[in-house]
Amino acid sequence: MFGVVIKLEKKKEFFEYYKKMLLIRKFESKILSLFDVQKVYGTTHVYIGQEAVAVGACAALTKQDYITSTHRGHGHYIAKGGDIKVIMSELFGKETGCCKGRGGTQHMSDLKIGHLGSNGITGGGIPIATGAGFAIKYKKKNNVVVCFFGDGACNEGYFHESLNFASIHKLPVIYICENNLYAMSTPVKKAFPTEDISVRAASYNIPGKIVDGNNVLAVKKMVIEASNRARKGKGPTFLECKTYRHFGHSRNDPKIYRTKAEEKQWLKKDPILLFKSYLLKNKLTDENHLKNIEKEVEQEINEAVTFAEKSPFPNPIDVDKYVFCETG
Amino acid sequence: MTETFFIKALQDSLIEEMQRDENVFLMGEDIGKYGGCFGVTRGLLEKFGEKRVLDIPMSETSMVGWAIGSCLLGLRPIVEVMFMDFITLCMDQIINQAAKMSYIYGGKVHIPLVIRAPAGAGRRYAASHSQSLESLFMSIPGLIMVAPSTPYDAKGLMKTSIRNNNPVLFIESKLLYWTKGKVPDKEYTIPLGKASIVRKGDNVTIVTYSRMTNECLKAAEKLQNKDIDCEIIDLRTIKPYDKKAIVESVKKTGKLVVVEEGCKTGGIGAEIISFVTENAHSYLKSPVLRIASRDTPIPYSPVLEDASIPNATRIENIITQKLKK
Repeated sequence: MFGVVIKLEKKKEFFEYYKKMLLIRKFESKILSLFDVQKVYGTTHVYIGQEAVAVGACAALTKQDYITSTHRGHGHYIAKGGDIKVIMSELFGKETGCCKGRGGTQHMSDLKIGHLGSNGITGGGIPIATGAGFAIKYKKKNNVVVCFFGDGACNEGYFHESLNFASIHKLPVIYICENNLYAMSTPVKKAFPTEDISVRAASYNIPGKIVDGNNVLAVKKMVIEASNRARKGKGPTFLECKTYRHFGHSRNDPKIYRTKAEEKQWLKKDPILLFKSYLLKNKLTDENHLKNIEKEVEQEINEAVTFAEKSPFPNPIDVDKYVFCETG
Repeated sequence: MTETFFIKALQDSLIEEMQRDENVFLMGEDIGKYGGCFGVTRGLLEKFGEKRVLDIPMSETSMVGWAIGSCLLGLRPIVEVMFMDFITLCMDQIINQAAKMSYIYGGKVHIPLVIRAPAGAGRRYAASHSQSLESLFMSIPGLIMVAPSTPYDAKGLMKTSIRNNNPVLFIESKLLYWTKGKVPDKEYTIPLGKASIVRKGDNVTIVTYSRMTNECLKAAEKLQNKDIDCEIIDLRTIKPYDKKAIVESVKKTGKLVVVEEGCKTGGIGAEIISFVTENAHSYLKSPVLRIASRDTPIPYSPVLEDASIPNATRIENIITQKLKK
């Protein structure tokens, strides 16, 4: 009897992961189409193809745990429990956005859910996550910080300085490199002298592990391990999640630096398709149920678009507001 | 009131604020047992322990970022940049992160961070250990810049800076550390953004800050003998600076001189002059004067270094030549 209950709980969790991954994908597909009708502006870096990393990692965290994110940050925000209405509204540049339209796609944070901020500077979030880890230790709390970044960020000085510092002080930080094989257009082969990035962890005396970044359950398992270690005061872990972005670096990227054959190979390993077939193969659910989840997701996205559309733009009179914090 | 060294007043402000709020902590290179390159934090490790007087590896690119991350969870870090010159390594975290976070996150995030930066020339440290780089930060919204000239101001302004919820760049002139001044025995703070009129006068307004305030005071004594009565405004907070105090003084004197230790081109003085030209032009009775360091790297040779930065005699001479009727 008890076993059945657990299984049901587990199943529910799995459906939640599936839904979250789908939500990220469809949310971002929507964003791309909104560019065409000039409802969103500038550029965007979509996460499509990498959803299993954010969803798997955040599934291992509590609401009180923290994340830092990157320029490719919508997925992390949604996975950590972000409300897509305020994310959508932010992209519309509206006052009801998570950052009141001041931040935009690369500059979002939501402290209520432990999102310490996405970052327009490659690797810029690595020291910030590390400092948050320091504060957790300082305050003798039991939370962890997951620090997301890409392969490109591993070649910034931040990576070296911060992993070194976190290891010295055994900070509760989980460094998650999403190795999607390209730093903008530069392939990892041209930017790293080793096959894997994870080997670098050894020089900081921290565990460095390779994870299948397209397998949501594998990511979750590794992040749980890493967070257990961190919560016990044993320090940081470095996880290299191998994955692939289906789209270009940013919106107008023609992707001339990679081959169609390579793309095709990786599309077969699409994290959502993989998880879907896992659910079906193990008879955890049926097509109909998954279709319903898809409908729910589409409904939520439509509601978010309506919310954003109906929201007011910020008042230009307030352009100077928030430059300084006025309290204290 | 007690006659106190600048460095001691500064240290006292750190001690008092650390005792007042356990979220306040110090972070920097060699600030523990060594006490910091200039000794500002000497003895604090013994007083507060390793947790609150945190010696860090040589990691200037990241250290301000670590401090920012700790701010997000409620701590109030004070980071020592060993020499202001090294702040060039911290620029991304200061400019793209700390200064912008309140704004880009819609006012929901605040960064109560103090960055202490020993600055200035005069100790023959040459190009990479002597600069006054404050003008680099002048056009960065979201930053506060403070540069005291007396022990009294150092203590009062540091305490306010620590309690402020915005990132503050706190500039300490190295040559001021061992200067003395009276400091109240009782607790006090000084508001940010308020200049101090350190000398009243009717003929000319001198706007300056940090160590150059002392040079201007010396120059003013000499100029008094030449019937030039100087009013000296010590900005104390460079950004945002006290516009009202400047305009009021210029209205009275009709003459403006700006004096700073940073390079002349694009300096703090350039900003002050632009502001006065925009807002109080009709009160000016003669062309403004800009006194600053020469646009060179700080040279090593003592004769060259002395030639590159302003001093009392030079200030006196320039003002005499240009402003004496």
